[in-house]
Amino acid sequence: MITALFDNTWAVALTQAAAAVLLVVGVLLVARRYGVSMFGEATWAMARGFVQVVAVGSVLAVLLRGPVWTALPVLLGMFAAAASIAQRRARGIPGAYRLILGSLLIGAGGVIVVMAALGVLRWEIATLVPVGSMLLSNAMNACTQMLERLRSDIAAHRGDIEAKLALGGAPASCVAPYVESAVRASMIPQVNTMTALGIVFIPGLMSGMVLAGADPVQAAIYQFVVIAMILAAGGLTAMTAAVLVRSRFFTAADQLVVPAD
Amino acid sequence: MTTDEVLRVDGLTRRLDDGTALVDDVSFAIGRGEVVAVVGGSGAGKSSLLRLLNRLDEPTAGSVEVDGTDQSALRPSDLRRRVGMVPQTPRMFPGTVADNLRWAAAERGDRLGDDEIASLLERVRLSGYADREASSLSGGEAQRVSLARVLANRPEVLLLDEPTSALDEDTKGEVETTLRDLLSSGEVTCLVVTHDEAQARRLAGRALRMRDGRVVASGSVEEVLGR
Repeated sequence: MITALFDNTWAVALTQAAAAVLLVVGVLLVARRYGVSMFGEATWAMARGFVQVVAVGSVLAVLLRGPVWTALPVLLGMFAAAASIAQRRARGIPGAYRLILGSLLIGAGGVIVVMAALGVLRWEIATLVPVGSMLLSNAMNACTQMLERLRSDIAAHRGDIEAKLALGGAPASCVAPYVESAVRASMIPQVNTMTALGIVFIPGLMSGMVLAGADPVQAAIYQFVVIAMILAAGGLTAMTAAVLVRSRFFTAADQLVVPAD
Repeated sequence: MTTDEVLRVDGLTRRLDDGTALVDDVSFAIGRGEVVAVVGGSGAGKSSLLRLLNRLDEPTAGSVEVDGTDQSALRPSDLRRRVGMVPQTPRMFPGTVADNLRWAAAERGDRLGDDEIASLLERVRLSGYADREASSLSGGEAQRVSLARVLANRPEVLLLDEPTSALDEDTKGEVETTLRDLLSSGEVTCLVVTHDEAQARRLAGRALRMRDGRVVASGSVEEVLGR
């Protein structure tokens, strides 16, 4: 209906956005009648989200016309931002930023480089940046989930760990069961996504490709490839972070130190 | 009992960041084969002292020598095998009783044979328990497996932290009988922390009384605890 009203694509896009805003405002007004007051918070979030996403779209519009090497600083900036966000969940762990950044570079970065070298990802900025961001955001989540789980498990099992240390156990052996369960827990969302692929949901990338006119089967296969890359990047990042972080829970004299929340 | 020193503690102190002293200028020595009880009320610093001797915590000042070697000169894992600690609450590892006894040996790349497992279980009066699931044991049985697990390292000094305080009255007796058999042989050097002075009399020949982190009395059990 909206598309029938305007010839100009910009006018169509802005009218679609206005319609979506009106829908949300309607929901907020209904919510306020039931005593749920989120009007200020939600309108601020919408305004901020709109400005942010349009700004990113504008930057991408410029970048996507640039040479492929510009993908490198863009991706490195995203890695640095991801490590900065994730370190907030790793309070008290010494050197958390460098540890997380290193894990993301090995995990997500490694998968991007290998898949680009194999030709699965095209060497073009329009592919490397969006797919890289998907791998990076999921790897960041896997890393933070692993760190939070590992810290809470170590705090909850302090007596068991010290019982092993007191017998002359190596720190890595004493925390091995908790490292394993933290890495496993961090991979569950991605494994669930893979398991439910095409049955419970049809992911956005595949939907977008089909809407853009791609063959649905080819779009589905590419979606599988992306989800597999996300699983690999998340798993590798979480495992790398787990190996790097486990020694940070011990002093040089192999004494257990649990960082405060 | 021989009189050569196996453990010498000199001015041992541990303070928290806020200055509170958990252990304050503690000094004593233990001869090979001696059994020494550490008595005192809650918060006296008894368990904190044992943690320093096993180096689960770092002292703020003072020194600990094991057979004449400073604690800090030993690898922590080696020290903890030589000065083994049985915690107040037994913590069973997953698997069978035999798996628990083999854990420390496996850590140092060794393997305990079935005969050694049987011998250790006999020492703690649990013959025939090797294949039992550790998680199915009673509190008293678990405490004795915890003791056998430390003995599997053949420690030069055994540290017992309130070995029966986490147990009910029925099982306390079983564990104490096991300890009396073990310690009366004179083959084990032991520092046993207990708030139960009657138990200290039954197990030890010498005693230290602690209060507010300091040793306020030391000597024979009769001298420290009265007759």
